[in-house]
Amino acid sequence: MKNMARLDRSTPFDVLGVRREFPVLARLVHGKPLAYLDNGASAQRPNAVIDAVDDYERHHHANIHRGVHTLSQEATALYEGARDRLVRFINARSRHEIIFVRGTTEAINLVAQSYARPLLEAGDEVLVTHLEHHANIVPWQILCAQTGAKLKVAPMDSRGEIHIEAVEALMSPRTRLFGCAHVSNALGTVLPVRRLIAAAKARGIATLVDGAQAVPHMAVDVQELGCDFYAFSGHKLFGPTGIGVLYGREALLERMPPWQGGGDMILAVSFDKTTYNSLPYKFEAGTPNISGAIGLGAAVDFMQSLDLAAARAHEHSLLEYATRTLGGIDGLRIIGTAADKASLVSFVVAGVHPHDLGTILDEDGIAVRTGHHCAMPVMEFFKVPATARASFAFYNTFGEIDRLAAGIERARALFA
Amino acid sequence: MELNDLYRDVILDHNRRPRNFGPLEPADASVEGFNPMCGDRLTLRLKLAADKIADIRFEGQGCAISTASASLMTEAVKGKSRVEALELFDRVHRMLTDDAAPGEDLGKLAALSGVREFPARVKCASLCWHTLASALKSADARNLPAVSTE
Repeated sequence: MKNMARLDRSTPFDVLGVRREFPVLARLVHGKPLAYLDNGASAQRPNAVIDAVDDYERHHHANIHRGVHTLSQEATALYEGARDRLVRFINARSRHEIIFVRGTTEAINLVAQSYARPLLEAGDEVLVTHLEHHANIVPWQILCAQTGAKLKVAPMDSRGEIHIEAVEALMSPRTRLFGCAHVSNALGTVLPVRRLIAAAKARGIATLVDGAQAVPHMAVDVQELGCDFYAFSGHKLFGPTGIGVLYGREALLERMPPWQGGGDMILAVSFDKTTYNSLPYKFEAGTPNISGAIGLGAAVDFMQSLDLAAARAHEHSLLEYATRTLGGIDGLRIIGTAADKASLVSFVVAGVHPHDLGTILDEDGIAVRTGHHCAMPVMEFFKVPATARASFAFYNTFGEIDRLAAGIERARALFA
Repeated sequence: MELNDLYRDVILDHNRRPRNFGPLEPADASVEGFNPMCGDRLTLRLKLAADKIADIRFEGQGCAISTASASLMTEAVKGKSRVEALELFDRVHRMLTDDAAPGEDLGKLAALSGVREFPARVKCASLCWHTLASALKSADARNLPAVSTE
C-alpha cells in the first residue's frame, strides 16, 4: 500500500441494524461471509420486500382491475397502493404519471417508440451523452433507423464528467429529445441533470433521464428536476426484478399513442373501433407484474423508514474510503474520477484482467461486477476492454472494502 | 474447487509469456473471436500447407484463461492437419464442459481442465478453440465472419 494514512471509519448510520433486515447478507460464499459489492447491477432485498411479495402470493393473488370478487379487489388495492407510494417517492403530480414497466430499458423503449417515433422526421436529432448505458443508446439507434433521425453524442472529459457547455453546443434546432443518465453506471459520475434539463427546456427539447443508478442513492423530485420523462428499475432499489417505473409528464403521456395493445389498456373494443383507457392504464397492456409492483412499493416504504440522511452520509464515507484504499494499491487505476460521484468505484489493475480478478475475489466471498457494464463506448473512451466495479449500498461496511483491497493484492501477487 | 486448480502454473506461465503471440504475414486465414461478456478479443492467423497448419499466431487482449488457452492451443495444433486439429477441438471442448472427460491424455492442455469447475469461465478458455474451428471448417478460410461466444 502506498497510502497508509488512517482513514475515517466512523458512520452515523446503523449499518449492522440495517444488515439484519437483508437475510442474504448473512450467507457464506465459498465458506466466507458474503461481501456484496455489486449493488449497481442489482441490490439485495430486505425482509419487508420479501414478506410483502410472500403475503401477496399466499393470500391475495388474483388478476387486477377485472373481478368483483374479494381477491381481485385486494390485489387491485395492493397494486394501485404501490403506485401511490411511487407517486410520493419521486414527487410526481399524480398517479396518472406513474407507468409500471419491466424496468428502465422498457421505459426508454416506450418513450422512443410512443413519444418520439410519431414526432421525428428525417434529419431530426436525438442527443445523448458519451457515458450512457446501452439501454439509453440502442433504443435511440433503433428509432433513428426507423425515422431517418440522427443520434448525436455529447462528449465527456477524462474524469468522466459531462459539461453543460459541451451538451449545449450539440443542442440544435433539429434536436427533438435529449436523454442522459442521472448517474453513470460504469463510472459513478453524477450528471448536472437539473441544468442540462433547463438548457434543453429553454430550446423546446424534450428530456428523458435514466435514473436507474440514481434512485437508490439520492432523493429524486421529478417536478424539481423538470424533466419530461424519468425511468428507473425496481431491483436496483431493493425491490424485485421485472418491475420498474416510467414517469412521464401527464400532458405528454396524454398525447402519446399506446405502445402495446391488449387487455387493460382499453375502455371498449369492437372490430371497428377501440377506445383506449385513461392514464396510466393506456400504457399497461396485459396483466402486469402485480407482485413485482407490490414488492417495489414495499421497497420504497422500507427506504423511507430509514434515516436516509445518515444512510447517504454512510454511502459517501464508503466511497471516500474505497477511493483512498483502492487508490493506494500499486498498479490500480480508478476509471471515473468525477468530482461528484455516487457510491461506486470502477477500476483496472495492471497485470490482472478484470475477469480473473472477479473470479479470485469470488473465492473470497466478494461479489463485484467485471466487464464492460453495458457501456462499451465508455470502455472505448478509457481504452480499457473492461473494468472491475465495486458498487456500494448503505448496508456495506468499511471492513468489506478492506477485504476487497486484500483480495486485489492477492490477485496481484498471483499474476506478478 | 480451488483457485490454484484454475490458475495452475502452466496457465500463469502462458499468460505471462504467451507463445506464438503477434502478427503473421502473409496469412492464409485470419479469424476474429470476441467474448462480449468480458470484452476478450483475439485474432487468429493461420498458414496452411497441404492441409496442414504450417504456422499459427494470435493477437488480442483477454483474461489469463483466454490468453493461456490461445497460447497452449497454438503450440498444440501447429503441424497438425485440419482433421487432427478439429479432433483436438472436440476433445478439449469435452474436457472443458464434461466432468467425465478429465483430459488426462491431452498433455499440457490438461492444465485447462480446472476451468470446468468455474462455469462462468468456460467461454474464456473455449473462445480461441471456437475461433480455430471456424477457420478450419470453412471451405474458404480467407473470408470468414467473426466468432462470438455469446
